[in-house]
Amino acid sequence: MRPVRFNIHPKEAEIADAIGMGKAPDGVTGDGFFATQLSSVVGLARKNSLWPLPFATSCCGIEFMATMASHYDLSRFGSERVGFSPRQCDLLMVMGTIAKKMAPVLRQVYIQMAEPRWVIAVGACASSGGIFDTYSVLQGIDQVIPVDVYVPGCPPRPEAIIDGFMKIQDLVGQESIRRRNSEQYKTLLNSYGIQ
Amino acid sequence: MSLNNEIIQEKLIAKFGDQVGQFAISYGMLSFEAPKEMNLKVLQFLYDEPGLEFTFLTDICAVNYPDQKGAELVVVYHLHNLKENVRVRFSVSTSLDNTDVFTATKLFESANWMERETYDFFGINFVGHPNLKRILNVDEMDYFPLRKEFPLEDQTRIDKDDEMFGRG
Amino acid sequence: MEHNHITLPEGSIEKTTTTLNIGPTHPATHGVFQNIMEVDGERIVSSDQTVGYIHRAFEKLAERRPLYQITPITDRLNYCSSPINNMGWHITCERFLNIETPKRVDYLRVIIMELARISDHLICNSIVGVDTGAYTGFLYVMQYRELIYEIYEEICGSRLTTNIGRIGGFERNFSNTAFTKLEKFLNEYPKVLKEFENLFTRNRIFMERTQGTGGISAERAMNYGFTGPNLRAAGVDYDVRVHQPYSSYQDFNFTVPVGTTGDNYDRFLVRNAEMWESISIIKQAYEKVQAFKGTDAEVYHADVPEYYLPKKEDVYTKMEALIWHFKIIMGEIDLPKGQIYSPVEGGNGELGFYLISDGGRTPFRLHFRRPCFIYYQAYPELIKGGMLSDAVVTMSSLNLIAGELDA
Repeated sequence: MRPVRFNIHPKEAEIADAIGMGKAPDGVTGDGFFATQLSSVVGLARKNSLWPLPFATSCCGIEFMATMASHYDLSRFGSERVGFSPRQCDLLMVMGTIAKKMAPVLRQVYIQMAEPRWVIAVGACASSGGIFDTYSVLQGIDQVIPVDVYVPGCPPRPEAIIDGFMKIQDLVGQESIRRRNSEQYKTLLNSYGIQ
Repeated sequence: MSLNNEIIQEKLIAKFGDQVGQFAISYGMLSFEAPKEMNLKVLQFLYDEPGLEFTFLTDICAVNYPDQKGAELVVVYHLHNLKENVRVRFSVSTSLDNTDVFTATKLFESANWMERETYDFFGINFVGHPNLKRILNVDEMDYFPLRKEFPLEDQTRIDKDDEMFGRG
Repeated sequence: MEHNHITLPEGSIEKTTTTLNIGPTHPATHGVFQNIMEVDGERIVSSDQTVGYIHRAFEKLAERRPLYQITPITDRLNYCSSPINNMGWHITCERFLNIETPKRVDYLRVIIMELARISDHLICNSIVGVDTGAYTGFLYVMQYRELIYEIYEEICGSRLTTNIGRIGGFERNFSNTAFTKLEKFLNEYPKVLKEFENLFTRNRIFMERTQGTGGISAERAMNYGFTGPNLRAAGVDYDVRVHQPYSSYQDFNFTVPVGTTGDNYDRFLVRNAEMWESISIIKQAYEKVQAFKGTDAEVYHADVPEYYLPKKEDVYTKMEALIWHFKIIMGEIDLPKGQIYSPVEGGNGELGFYLISDGGRTPFRLHFRRPCFIYYQAYPELIKGGMLSDAVVTMSSLNLIAGELDA
């Protein structure tokens, strides 16, 4: 029996809705084969096994710890293994205020990550400086690195962090294989000064 | 007889005469001032004197009063006598042109970083400090941000419009 | 020995120690500060700290904001126990403005502050476990921190950075659901704490990892300005709740646990013992709150219209309430002149607020006496001569919260 019970008006669970099958990408099915785009298959594999690098600096980091804990388990989405080495991770989760002193460190960690890499800015401070419009706080990490998803909140609830993570999963699933070598991506990185 | 504000005041006046002054009691805490050359002597006296024994340094901070010409920067020490449970506040003032104040690190180890923080925010030069460099701000910063003359926001930011925040 | 000698390139320096950088980004649990260590093999010879990687200029920010707008920034000091920071700030304002809070408000505040203290010590102790390799304790107790978060949510709406309370009391009376949740917490949590202790306290591996490492004597600790559980583990029973009682702590019956050697094991035990004391204080406070009957049970704030936001029904119907609402929100209320230093017992020690006001609408100067900042200076002395892995355990047992370190 669960040791903790706060739900004082419990609803009976419905078994039929509880288990769902993942959707296969569009393709041509035949007798013993399934043909689809390579990018869909690769995207499906990548999005369900993102390994995040939690770059937790302040209060949002504690909400991330709550998200990783058993109540709001993030490992259901494939990120069982959080890594702290940039080389081994796909997703840089920047959680918390980034001060100007910390910005070069963040940039260095981003540069050390191997392609393909995505960035999620969790919290108001990482998105735009938050409530700290001061001389020492970087007003948003998109001043130094390109960001894919912004999660607002101060701090965002774990459900909001999971929602941001699911949006990253959508982006990963639909990404074209050629994106990282395209001209557009190169100009994006050059605008940040990253080769 | 247990320690109270009158005894502290009497002992200080008995030792230093009229060099300590501006005695005031605010919300139960005695506060007084002394010239900045005497700060170590006063701190040592408060530390050693049997009956006073303020051996715990709670806090060092500074305040910038731009209107008090000649005494714009005031360094405030909060001391605590743990046995008798009495606190006292001691302040020294210095002007903007000559910001030298003697360091309290030989007496209290905790003064080390507190003085670095005070230097970082206000520019007070603590003479004799083992490692006086900026602690919280970036090392390349060339001004002392908590002085009243400098603004809170970073003036070079482009994404926030001061007009909209009522500060245009 | 010729064949052992390696020729070094021109201009290089021969040294026997290695410089190791435990940099600002290290596993997410601790926060951002940098330690540059000189190690001789595994032994640490010396170390140097850099802080300020999350400096957010709270003190300058506070000079711009009227009293209520400062509460959200006090949240972000020690964000693991933010209600204590909020209440500490409100108690400072009440002492400054000579406002007396009714007893029921004090007892409700005590409940919230002790819950926050439990939440802070839980994070610290379970992270000490994680750093010695035991991940289970952390995941198990995070479940119970979620219960504490739900209690905060019932009262103020938010989980972590709570912004809870007002000057003079609370924004609303605690609902029956909040009390139900509190009762469930009080029923279930003691068993969990007992299990957590069984995992660690007499565990041979944990004891050998933590005993004898990171120790400090009482005299050195006082000279370094230690306060809170770290000082009590070294043997000095200084607790602001006993020395300068606030919020009616003098009405409660509790002991202050004290250690002997000040090493990591003592700090762990002191925090565990404080959690037991907190549970007992919450039970006493809850009984006292329930003893109020009739109209006394509806009191949740002091009667200070200049500083306490009036109820919305009154704002829409009564003229005075409308005027006070306007003045408080726009910050048009001038503070009296004066200065005050007001400490509270935070999760890490004496959290002090030094407020100087010159009669304007915002403080002239507000300085936070942050306990983490002050005792982190002692870190090189604590780890000198020890091993590298002990340095990591010492860092987490000191409970360094980056937000409080840099402010």
